[in-house]
Amino acid sequence: MNAIYSLVFVFALVLIPLFGVGAAQQTYFFGVCVPWTAFLIFLVFFTAKIIKWASRPVPFSIPTTAGQQWSNLDFIVHDKYDNPATTGQTWIRMILEVFAFRSLFRNTSMRVAMKDGKPIVGYFSAKWLWLFALMFHYAFFTIAVRHLRLFLNPVPKVFEILETLDGLLQIGIPRLYLTDMVIVAAVMFLLLRRVAVPTVRYISQVADYFPLLLILAIAASGIYMRYYAKVDVVAIKQLILGMVTLHPVKPIPATIDISFFIHLFLVSTLIFYFPFSKLMHLGGVFLSPTRNMPNDSRFVRHVNPWNDPNIKPHSYAAYEDDFRTPMIAAGLPVDKEA
Amino acid sequence: MAKVPNQADLLQSMNYTPPAKGWMDVPPNLAPGNWAYPAKAEKVEYLGFPNPRQWSPADEDWKLPPDWWQRIHEGFKERLGKYRSLQVFMDICVRCGACADKCHFFIGSGDPKNMPVLRAELLRSIYRNDFTMAGKILGRLAGARPLTLDVIKEWFIYFYQCTECRRCSLFCPYGIDTAEVTMMARELLHLVGVGINWILEPASNCNRTGNHLGIQPHAFKDIVDFMVDDIEEITGVRVNAPLNEKGHEVLFITPSGDAFADPGIYTFMGYLLLFHHIGLDYTLSTYASEGGNFGLFTSADLMKKINGKMYHEAKRLGSKWILGGECGHMWRVINQYMDTMNGPADFLSVPTSPITGTVFKNAAQTKMLHICEFTADLMKHGKLNIDKSRNAGKVVTFHDSCNPARAMGLLDEPRYVIKNVVDTYVDMPAQTIREQTFCCAGGSGLNTDEIMEIRLRGGLPRGNALKYVQDRYGVDTLACICAIDRATLPPLADYWAPGVSVTGVHEMVGNALIMEGEGERTMNLRQEPLPGMEEEEV
Repeated sequence: MNAIYSLVFVFALVLIPLFGVGAAQQTYFFGVCVPWTAFLIFLVFFTAKIIKWASRPVPFSIPTTAGQQWSNLDFIVHDKYDNPATTGQTWIRMILEVFAFRSLFRNTSMRVAMKDGKPIVGYFSAKWLWLFALMFHYAFFTIAVRHLRLFLNPVPKVFEILETLDGLLQIGIPRLYLTDMVIVAAVMFLLLRRVAVPTVRYISQVADYFPLLLILAIAASGIYMRYYAKVDVVAIKQLILGMVTLHPVKPIPATIDISFFIHLFLVSTLIFYFPFSKLMHLGGVFLSPTRNMPNDSRFVRHVNPWNDPNIKPHSYAAYEDDFRTPMIAAGLPVDKEA
Repeated sequence: MAKVPNQADLLQSMNYTPPAKGWMDVPPNLAPGNWAYPAKAEKVEYLGFPNPRQWSPADEDWKLPPDWWQRIHEGFKERLGKYRSLQVFMDICVRCGACADKCHFFIGSGDPKNMPVLRAELLRSIYRNDFTMAGKILGRLAGARPLTLDVIKEWFIYFYQCTECRRCSLFCPYGIDTAEVTMMARELLHLVGVGINWILEPASNCNRTGNHLGIQPHAFKDIVDFMVDDIEEITGVRVNAPLNEKGHEVLFITPSGDAFADPGIYTFMGYLLLFHHIGLDYTLSTYASEGGNFGLFTSADLMKKINGKMYHEAKRLGSKWILGGECGHMWRVINQYMDTMNGPADFLSVPTSPITGTVFKNAAQTKMLHICEFTADLMKHGKLNIDKSRNAGKVVTFHDSCNPARAMGLLDEPRYVIKNVVDTYVDMPAQTIREQTFCCAGGSGLNTDEIMEIRLRGGLPRGNALKYVQDRYGVDTLACICAIDRATLPPLADYWAPGVSVTGVHEMVGNALIMEGEGERTMNLRQEPLPGMEEEEV
C-alpha cells in the first residue's frame, strides 16, 4: 500500500509540470522559480539540521568496537580500523564506512533449517545489498558531478575526462553512459528488494518507496531527454547559467523540450524533500557516535558537558553507619569504632 | 519458573513471515510470561523514582500518573537535547533492514517487533509525531503515531526484550545503536513508574549493601571465608583474602554473582588462588563488592551513582589502582562511562603489574585493569606455574560477552589465557563470536526466570552455535568472562546443547595453578576428581 501511495505521488509530480508547462505555458515558473526555491530550502534546512545535530552534546564515548582493542600487550594484535584507538585510525574507519560501506559489507542472511528434527541456524554471506547500495550511490554521485558541466563555463577538463570514462562503452549517439544503466538497475534492485522480502516490506514506509521512485523517475526522464527527445542542451545550459548567475534568461528559449521541465521539477522536488527525509543519512553518517569516536575512553578523558556533580554514591560512611555493629562482630575493619 | 515449551514446539512456533496487519495495528501480547515482574513499590521508592505502587502488566490499568503523557513527552524532548546519538538515530534510519535478522530475539521468535529497525520505530514513530513537521502534518503516512497508553505497554514489552547487546549496531551502515534507543526508552518508562523488579531490586541493593544480591558485610565475609576453607580443602593451601583493608596496592572488584552462585564461586576461588600464587598486595571490599552495574539498564544517573563507589572506595582504602574481575556490562561501564561520570581519579596511578612491571597505558585514565589483561601479561612473562593436565580432557570454547566484545574489544586476551591452561580449544562459527557474538539473551537485566521462554528463544543462536561445536568437536566446556553469563548460559546450554558445562576463565586458571606448598591435588575447584584421580573418588 505504501508503495502504491508513493507511485501515485510520483505520477502526480510528473503531471504538474506536464500541464503547467504543456498547457499553461508557465516555463518561467517551472524553469526558474521552482528550482530556485527548492535549492534555497535545501540549503537552509540541510544546514539547519546539521547544525542541530552538531550542537547536541555527545555525553559518552560509545563507539561500537568491531575488533580487538589496543593494549600494551604486544602479543595481542590490535584491529586498528575496526576498533580505532586514535583519531587517525578513526578517520580511516570513517572513510571505509562512507566510501566503502564497511558495516554493510558485513551483512549476512540467517536461515533456520531442520535436519533430523534438529535446528541448524545458518549464516550466509549476503553482499547483494552492499553491492547494489554501493553501485547506486556511486552512480548517483557520478551523475550529479557530470551535471556540473551545465553549471560551469568553460567546462573544466576533469568533467570531459569523467564523461569519456562514463561513456567508455562507446555505444550509440549520444553515447550511452554506464552510470545511467547502473543507477536504473540499482534502484530497481532496491525497490524489488523492498517489495519482495517480506520483513523488509513490513518495515517499509511511504518515506522509503517515495525517494526510490522519485529517483527512478528522475533517471527515466533524464534518459528520455538524452537518448530520445535529444533536447537542446545549449539552450538548457543557457537557462541554468542564467539561474546560477542570478540573471535568468527571459524569455525561456522555446526550443527546450517539455521533458526537461519534468526532469527539472522532479529534481527540484528531490532537493526540496531532502532535508526533511531519511536522505539526511548523507549528513548523519558523519555524526554517528558509534562510528566517529575512537575507543580511547580508558586512556583519554571524555567530558560530558551536562555531567551532574551532585550525583554522589551512597557514601562509605553511611554504609558503615548502617552496618557497623555486625561489621565489628565479624572482625571487619571499621573507620569509626562504635 | 514459567513453563517452557519443549524444543520441537518452540521451533514449530517460530514464524518469520510478518502478519498481514501493519505493525501499528498489532497489539503486544501482555499475557504472563511475556514480561518480567514489575518493580516492587518499596524498591522504586528507595531509589527515589516516581510513581511507586503495586501493579501488574496483565492489568488493564497500569496506574500511571495523570500527567503521564506530558512526562514522557518532556522527557523525550530533554533527551533529544542531551544525546546526539538519540537525535541522529531518530532522524537517519533508512530502514534498509540489514539489522533485521541480526537480533537473537528475532531469530528465536520471528516477531517483527524484535527486528532492531522496528524496535527503534516504536520510539521513532512517536518522535515523528511529536517533534517533526512531516509527522505532525501527515501522521501515519509519514510513519508517525500518537503516544497512547497502548504505546507505553508496547514499549514495556519490547524494550525489555532487548538486551542492549549492540549486535545490530555492528551491521548498521550508520551505526545506529539499538542499545542507545532502548536505554532512552527505559529511562522514559521510569519517568512514569514503569520498570522491572529484576533490575531495580539489585540496583537498590547495590546502593545500600554494596552488591546486587543484598549481601551484608558480615555475610560477605562469611562467604569469602567459606571459599578460603574450600580452597584449603582442595589444595592444602590457606590463601589470604583481605577485606576492607587499607594500604594495599590493588583494590579488586568483581561481580557479586561470583560470590553467590554456582559456577561463579569457582571463578572467585580462581581469583583468590591467582592472587595468592603471585603474592599480590590487594584487598577486596564489602562496600564496593559489586562489579556489575544495573544502573546501566536503568538510567545514566543511577549508573553514575552506583559506579561512584569504586573510586570512592579506592580513595578511602588508599589503593594505587583497581583490578576488575570477569563481568560483561561492568566493563562497558568502566570502558565507556566510568571516567566521564566519576573521574578523573587522579589519586590513583596507572595500573602497573607488580610482578612483570608492565605499565598498562591503555588504562591510563580509568586506572582500572581487566583481570584477563593482567593474567595474560603474567602468562606471557612466564610468571605462573601451570599444570595444564588438571584441565585435561576438556574441549573448551569461548563465549564472547556482548559488552567486552562490542563496547571494548576484549577478544584475544581471554582466549590467550584459556589456551595457556587447556589443551584443546576451538572457536564457535565466525558469525557467532568475537564482534559478531550472540547474546546469552539474559543481558541488560533480563536474566530472570519468569521470562525463561523469551530467554531460551533468544538463546537459540548461541545455543545452536554451541551445539554445532559440541557435535563436531566434542566441546564440553563453555568458558565466559561474565557473571550474568555464568547464570544464564547453564539453562541455555541445558536446553539447546545439553552436556556442555559453563565455566569462568579464571576457574580453569585456578585449577591449573601449581600453588607453593600445596598437597597432592585430587579435586578441581568443584570438588570433582581431577583427570587420572577418578579411582580415588571411592
